[in-house]
Amino acid sequence: MSHHIVAVKNLRHVYPDGTTALRDVSFRIHHGESVAIIGANGAGKSTLLLHLNGYLVPTSGEIQIGDFPLTKGTLPQIRRTVGMVFQEPDDQLFMPTVYDDVAFGPLNLGLTGDDLDRCVIEALERVGARHLVEKAPYHLSGGEKRRVAIATVLSMSPDILVLDEPTNGLDPYSRRQLIALLKEFRHTRIFTSHDLDMVLDLCERTIVLKDGEVRADGPTLEIFQDEELLEECRLEKPLSLQGCPVCGGRR
Amino acid sequence: MASIDAALLDFQRLDRLAAGSSALHRLDPRAKVLVVLVFLVSVISFGRYQLSALLPFFVFPAVLIGCADLPAGYLARKVALVCPFALVVGIFNPLVDTEIMVHLGPVAISGGWLSCASILVRALLTVSAALILVATTGFPAICRALEQLGMPKVFAVQLLFLYRYLFVLAEEGGRAARARELRSFGNKGQGMASYSSLIGSLLLKTWQRAERIHMAMLARGFTGAFQVRQHYRFGRPEFLYLCSWSALFVLLRLFNPAELFGAFLTGLFS
Amino acid sequence: MHMADALLSPAVGGTMWAASAGTIAYCSAKVKRDLDDRKVPLMGVLGAFLFAAQMINFSIPGTGSSGHLGGGLLLAILLGPHAAFLTIASVLLVQALFFADGGLLALGCNIFNMGFFPAFVVYPLVYRNLMGTRPSRSRETWVTVFCAMIGLQLGPLAVVLETVASGIAELPFETFLLLMLPIHLAIGLVEGVVTSAIVSFVRKARPELLEPAAAASFATWSLRRVLVGFLLLAVATGGVVSAFASKDPDGLEWAIARITGGSELQPRGPLHQTLARLQGKVVLFPDYDFPKSASKTEPAAPAKVEHSLPVHSGTSLAGMVGSLVVLLLVVLSGLILKKRNLRKVYGIH
Repeated sequence: MSHHIVAVKNLRHVYPDGTTALRDVSFRIHHGESVAIIGANGAGKSTLLLHLNGYLVPTSGEIQIGDFPLTKGTLPQIRRTVGMVFQEPDDQLFMPTVYDDVAFGPLNLGLTGDDLDRCVIEALERVGARHLVEKAPYHLSGGEKRRVAIATVLSMSPDILVLDEPTNGLDPYSRRQLIALLKEFRHTRIFTSHDLDMVLDLCERTIVLKDGEVRADGPTLEIFQDEELLEECRLEKPLSLQGCPVCGGRR
Repeated sequence: MASIDAALLDFQRLDRLAAGSSALHRLDPRAKVLVVLVFLVSVISFGRYQLSALLPFFVFPAVLIGCADLPAGYLARKVALVCPFALVVGIFNPLVDTEIMVHLGPVAISGGWLSCASILVRALLTVSAALILVATTGFPAICRALEQLGMPKVFAVQLLFLYRYLFVLAEEGGRAARARELRSFGNKGQGMASYSSLIGSLLLKTWQRAERIHMAMLARGFTGAFQVRQHYRFGRPEFLYLCSWSALFVLLRLFNPAELFGAFLTGLFS
Repeated sequence: MHMADALLSPAVGGTMWAASAGTIAYCSAKVKRDLDDRKVPLMGVLGAFLFAAQMINFSIPGTGSSGHLGGGLLLAILLGPHAAFLTIASVLLVQALFFADGGLLALGCNIFNMGFFPAFVVYPLVYRNLMGTRPSRSRETWVTVFCAMIGLQLGPLAVVLETVASGIAELPFETFLLLMLPIHLAIGLVEGVVTSAIVSFVRKARPELLEPAAAASFATWSLRRVLVGFLLLAVATGGVVSAFASKDPDGLEWAIARITGGSELQPRGPLHQTLARLQGKVVLFPDYDFPKSASKTEPAAPAKVEHSLPVHSGTSLAGMVGSLVVLLLVVLSGLILKKRNLRKVYGIH
């Protein structure tokens, strides 16, 4: 299907206290693309993400998800289409057991009985967490929590996945596993992260935000080789690109 | 803040016991909750000076600990920790009530001591019943049972949230308290002023967390009504469990096997 | 302080359970009607917060002891009465289950003592009235302290009343009151100081958090309705209980006559009589209802013991022996069951 696009046009957001978090953001993400949104702290990444499923309402500008413009009327449809995985899995996993948590979305969509069971188990199997089904979220490790958090969204079969800092706070092994998992997905994917090596691994395209505006938008490799741009946006070349003779790294 | 960590560990240990797989664990939580209620009412319905008639009731915790394979020593320690609070009030009974009620050979026992001992036994029984209920059922299941028994849904859901974030927040609070302790020396820095701002910022962080949770709920199609799956069945084993224990408690309430036994045994020897 | 199961009679426990359950139902309906779907997670998380906060201590100046937050008034200020009551109730439920603070039957008492007074008496009637619309800082401080102190006098007062009405503990009413109230005056002072400091901390950082609760229209008629509901409930429960107690008035009178008329023993004080009478009234299954057990010499009914003491002092020995045997059997049965379980688990290997 070709309509799983995310289009943001002249998005501007001013918080009630007067802070302008987003000045003028426009981009268009196509079906099946994997895109990273990077930028320094306070560049507006989180604010932007919260617009994508309608939690925040734009001060001005437009957002289109799939075939629908984001309005109050299309909100339920859009929240079903956009699966949002939050930065802190403890906020995402709020039910007493993993099962209940993964079932929360489908239940709200009206699934019951065997359909619900199947949906939950499928989602957990997809992230390799089938064995955790009856566990309580606070007994899970950091990596397990991430996987389950992703399953809670997958169970609603979204078309677009939005992940906020997915590798934050994971040990190298869990991080590696998670990246491998995310690589398998065929959804349209949008990440925010400070883990630029992950971005290099997962995303062919990167959008750089600076002070609430799109500073750069292009192929990931190109952006990471533009040292001036990186420095200006308080970013750094991914470690895997540093000191590499082929790509011309200096350090 | 070793004490906070210890309290948390202890809490988690009790919580983990509920993940057991005995037949008792698998019963519908409603049956277990109801049996404990019948037990508690039977125990506290005894008169003030009852002692021997209360003792047979220990069969309930003993059998449950046995069946569910719970760590008896651990539960006993937990029960022992709580008993002093009941005794604080009960200990005045011997002072107030000095009238002699029972003679054990040469030893005369006053009503006060009798009722004080009775309070202690009651505390042991009621506290162990509550702990065993948690250890065999688990908090979320107890909540669901109570909800099915008529507790308002808002309250039940709210309880589940409390339970879910208890560990998260206690750890967060523990970290803050540790940070305060490491930078304060002796009692300096542990006073009310630092406490208030520590708790105040914990409160603000908690509030923000609540907002993020709400966000995560909306993102998954939450529309204001909680959908809860039902996955227990009140079948024949539950019915049997409830009826047999209740019958036993009523019998123990009406007849005193300790007394009967004793009469029989002393009758044999005299 | 927590009321404990061990000190409670079924009638008092049942009445307070009914009262608390009624209030929970009322508050739940109210919160549900408010249609603010962010409130439920907020209440839960704040309950967890209160739990965490109570684990952290501060040292009280000049005493060498330490204290922690109670939090009833704080929650009422932050959430408004209905949500606050539910939150306090849920914290107490978790404490009763996991730490066995108080106990499950005493939970009704504890929820009422620690939830109802701050949320439905102190906050709406005292706090809101004294606060006015735009309080100065010093006013905010003293009102908060004052309110915390009132709340922590009403709670212990209720504990004393419930204990005395239950009649399991024999501490006289006046003595108990004298023990409890002064201590709680000091505790209330500390609680008030801490609460007001936290409230002013929140006001400085995020003043908007304090507005919704204050703005929520708390109509007084709803409180009146609650109080009337309570009164009805109390009367109904009392009626049921006394119907129970007076089913066999002769037996009761007989028991009292025996107590007061015991000639060879010292006459008991008037307080004991009252207590005994209370006890007779509130015990759900009064012993004289069961002739079977009355024929055995039980220490339960004082009258019978006095009557039987000189004759069969042997029966109390029998009771003792029997009790030991029963305990032994109980422990054995537990051990056997446990052994069997272990064998089941490891038997395969």
